[in-house]
Amino acid sequence: MATETFTGHRGLDMDEPLIFEQGAAGMSGVDLPGAGEFEDRLGDAGRESETGLPGLSEPQVVRHYLRLSRNNYAIDAGMYPLGSCTMKHNPRLNEKLARLAGLADLHPLQPLSTVQGALALIDQCADWLKTLTGMDAIAMSPAAGAHGELCGLMTIRAALEAGGDGRAIVLVPESAHGTNPASAHMCGYKVETIPTNGRGRVDFGAFNERLGPDVAAIMITNPNTCGLFEDEIIEIADAAHAAGAYVYCDGANFNAIVGRVRPGDLGIDAMHLNLHKTFSAPHGGGGPGSGPVVLSGALAPFAPVPYVVSADDGYALVESAEASDASPYGRMKGFHGQFGVFVRTLSYMMSMGADGLAQAASDAVLSANYILAGLSDDLTLSYEGPCMHEVLFDDRFLAETEVTTLDFAKAMIDEGVHPMTMYFPLVVHGALLMEPTETESLASLDQYIGMVKSLARRAKQGEVAAFKEAPRLAPRRRLDETTAARNPVLRWLPGDKAAAE
Amino acid sequence: MRYLPLSEDDRRHMLAAIGADGIDALFKDVPASALLEDQIDLPPHAGEMQVEAAIEALAAKNTGAASAPFFIGAGAYHHHIPAAVDHLVQRSEFLTSYTPYQPEVSQGTLQALFEFQTQVAMITAMDVANASLYDGATACAEAAMMACRVTRRSKVILSGGLHPHYRDVTLTNARFLGLEMVTSEPDVDGTEELAGRIDGGTACVIVQNPNFFGNVKDLGALADACHDAGALLVVVVSEILSLGALRPPGEMGADIVAAEGQSLGNAMNFGGPHVGLFAVNERFIRQMPGRLAGQAEDVDGRRGWVLTLSTREQHIRREKATSNICTNSGLCALAFSIHLSLLGNAGFRGLARLNHGRAVTLADTLAEVPGAEIVNQSFFNEFTLRLAKPAAGVVDALGNDGILAGVPVSRLYPRRDDLDDLLLVAATECVSDDDIGRLAKALEGAL
Repeated sequence: MATETFTGHRGLDMDEPLIFEQGAAGMSGVDLPGAGEFEDRLGDAGRESETGLPGLSEPQVVRHYLRLSRNNYAIDAGMYPLGSCTMKHNPRLNEKLARLAGLADLHPLQPLSTVQGALALIDQCADWLKTLTGMDAIAMSPAAGAHGELCGLMTIRAALEAGGDGRAIVLVPESAHGTNPASAHMCGYKVETIPTNGRGRVDFGAFNERLGPDVAAIMITNPNTCGLFEDEIIEIADAAHAAGAYVYCDGANFNAIVGRVRPGDLGIDAMHLNLHKTFSAPHGGGGPGSGPVVLSGALAPFAPVPYVVSADDGYALVESAEASDASPYGRMKGFHGQFGVFVRTLSYMMSMGADGLAQAASDAVLSANYILAGLSDDLTLSYEGPCMHEVLFDDRFLAETEVTTLDFAKAMIDEGVHPMTMYFPLVVHGALLMEPTETESLASLDQYIGMVKSLARRAKQGEVAAFKEAPRLAPRRRLDETTAARNPVLRWLPGDKAAAE
Repeated sequence: MRYLPLSEDDRRHMLAAIGADGIDALFKDVPASALLEDQIDLPPHAGEMQVEAAIEALAAKNTGAASAPFFIGAGAYHHHIPAAVDHLVQRSEFLTSYTPYQPEVSQGTLQALFEFQTQVAMITAMDVANASLYDGATACAEAAMMACRVTRRSKVILSGGLHPHYRDVTLTNARFLGLEMVTSEPDVDGTEELAGRIDGGTACVIVQNPNFFGNVKDLGALADACHDAGALLVVVVSEILSLGALRPPGEMGADIVAAEGQSLGNAMNFGGPHVGLFAVNERFIRQMPGRLAGQAEDVDGRRGWVLTLSTREQHIRREKATSNICTNSGLCALAFSIHLSLLGNAGFRGLARLNHGRAVTLADTLAEVPGAEIVNQSFFNEFTLRLAKPAAGVVDALGNDGILAGVPVSRLYPRRDDLDDLLLVAATECVSDDDIGRLAKALEGAL
């Protein structure tokens, strides 16, 4: 037992029981007017059982969630260098504007005359995104990056099938996000892996050799998950197009090049944008995201419904295939997409402007290269720089130490910094992928570099125990994930007691 | 550029430390033809006041739900959100954290998700729930695909009472997977008979309760028919508050529940973000899509929480994963959970009864309007009216008079002339007697 206090708290570190272990039946934190007497119209389907939900007053509920919140790390609290995840500052102006009653309290099926401002906002957001990417069209409705991947692939497949072309293979580089092969599979494609070359990029020779009349598309991430720009992207796109295949780009790393490079100039046919990465919408502990897909002119007619069109008397919505002049392949989501995230994105883009977005990309790349320069003597760099917005190290520097990448990450927690992405991408051993973003100050970057160097030196000096025992200073120490998966406990049940307190 | 902390001096210092003679040296791997020389043709950066003014001007062109008598439902509902909900979800530690990959410093999110999963399981009377999906429509599509995996069958029967968007998203997801999707005629009055269509190749029947037209019913007999044929029953709920008044799907024999949780804690947001709920019978947990928070112990024996069963997921299983989902609706799930914690059992059931009461009052009032006839035998907080005129024109006319009267069914069933006269109307706790009176009067004038 690690705690010796009566309460289980340790100063400001408050231990909090489950909400189901608190409260009393019949209590509520909401006062409602009476419903009055009436004869119900529920037919034979009325509820007879109670739910089992606990009853708590408002102060109890507020205290519960406040205490939970304090057990979380957050970008507002410190640097969050999760490579590939882009934890940048989330401006509060965006939150304020997304909550305006004239935006948040709109129903998606109101008469169009009562939502002209909302449709204009979607249209303006779409226009900025098309301009920034140099692409012809955009499907706004996908709900997150992986959902955008599926949307892009379905658009490609619909376009191919419209031409009577039944290609069945999608090529995915081995460094790709796991969502890429999963999305291709959900689109009914067979996935084949393309190896990475010695420079951390797609092996163009292997790719070219595999291209053929059965390949529908390649899914390429650029900049890629090793943090490197695919310098043969134009050749890759030309070869794919010559073979009748499309180029899908995973746009998760667009933040490295926004305002400086347009994917449309690289031969990309379709690409999703993670509005919750590049465009500063908060991640919220796992969403909501938003993943609009920009499309080439050839793919545009196959984009899913709904979409906004500009008419003589204002904006209109095309909500069904029957109402469309084009050939939409279907619908990805209920209603019109993640409108609340569009508000945040437009607010961010307007705040940054064309100059600010380009500066953000430059600063993100500059900061990652500053970390590369600061750490390459003490860690082992996987591929020669310069890198783009993130820098990839592997665990060769830990080879003689018995300290693993996992141990190293957990020691960072005791230093009060969220660990970098670990064990991804899969193309190097024990990956440590660091992405500072453009919103860290020089002092913050210097402290991070100093901290990682100090840990690397301690590992090499044989302080193994400190790493194996880390974290010691977090709300919890290492958790037994193996037993948790073997005997999953996924909910509280009445009669459960707080274990082990 | 208030979001960028680096000064020009900082940048020069950093370039020197890197040994680069300028920022473009770091972009040397970009093909020269693609590196832009000029700024992109969009406006320059702007201050808070300017951005606020621009977006407020757009907001001012819309009619917000609170500013008019409001009767629109059809899968998104205008409910009151307690002030504490939005205050708590805006805590930086919730708002600005990532998916909880490092559990030791993510216990807040993980415990909240574990509680969310438990609450969803409780109100649906199912064994377990996941940590959320994007929305009700995508949850419905995931349910169809999961049922096909579990049963190793490929035929899915979709009720004619299913929300048309849920139907379309499910059909779209199935389109390239070789699954057979059997759709049904619109079930306007809730009398559809699906049991006779189930056969040995049926993976599941997907039925919505209350259905799209507002009808509610007991699904026990349909569940039995499914199970007798080795098929699953998927129950869709697009108004989650209804479970405070209606027999929960788990008690009617549902195997999978796919639902929309927007009604609790989340604004309508013109359609998104919302929060998909997904709950199943315990024997299917390893076939579930989406993230799961689970209980664990740390090395000191203290109870804690982790993401678990991740071998189902894309980052481990890649193309063999149960779904491609990665980012879900974490913060919307948190808002849902806080609202439900505030309500408790008494508040949840009380709020549901209040909604039903409002709808009963609305129905009784509108039944008196000449040219309007109530189609439903039963309903929760929404029902269908048959009007003497096409509903779309009536709704537009009332909209111009500042009354948001409901959803003309033709908006979701284009090219179905036989449904043109149907109007879907909803009443939540936000609807006053005065609102109802104004709607009745305006409707009478329009018919």
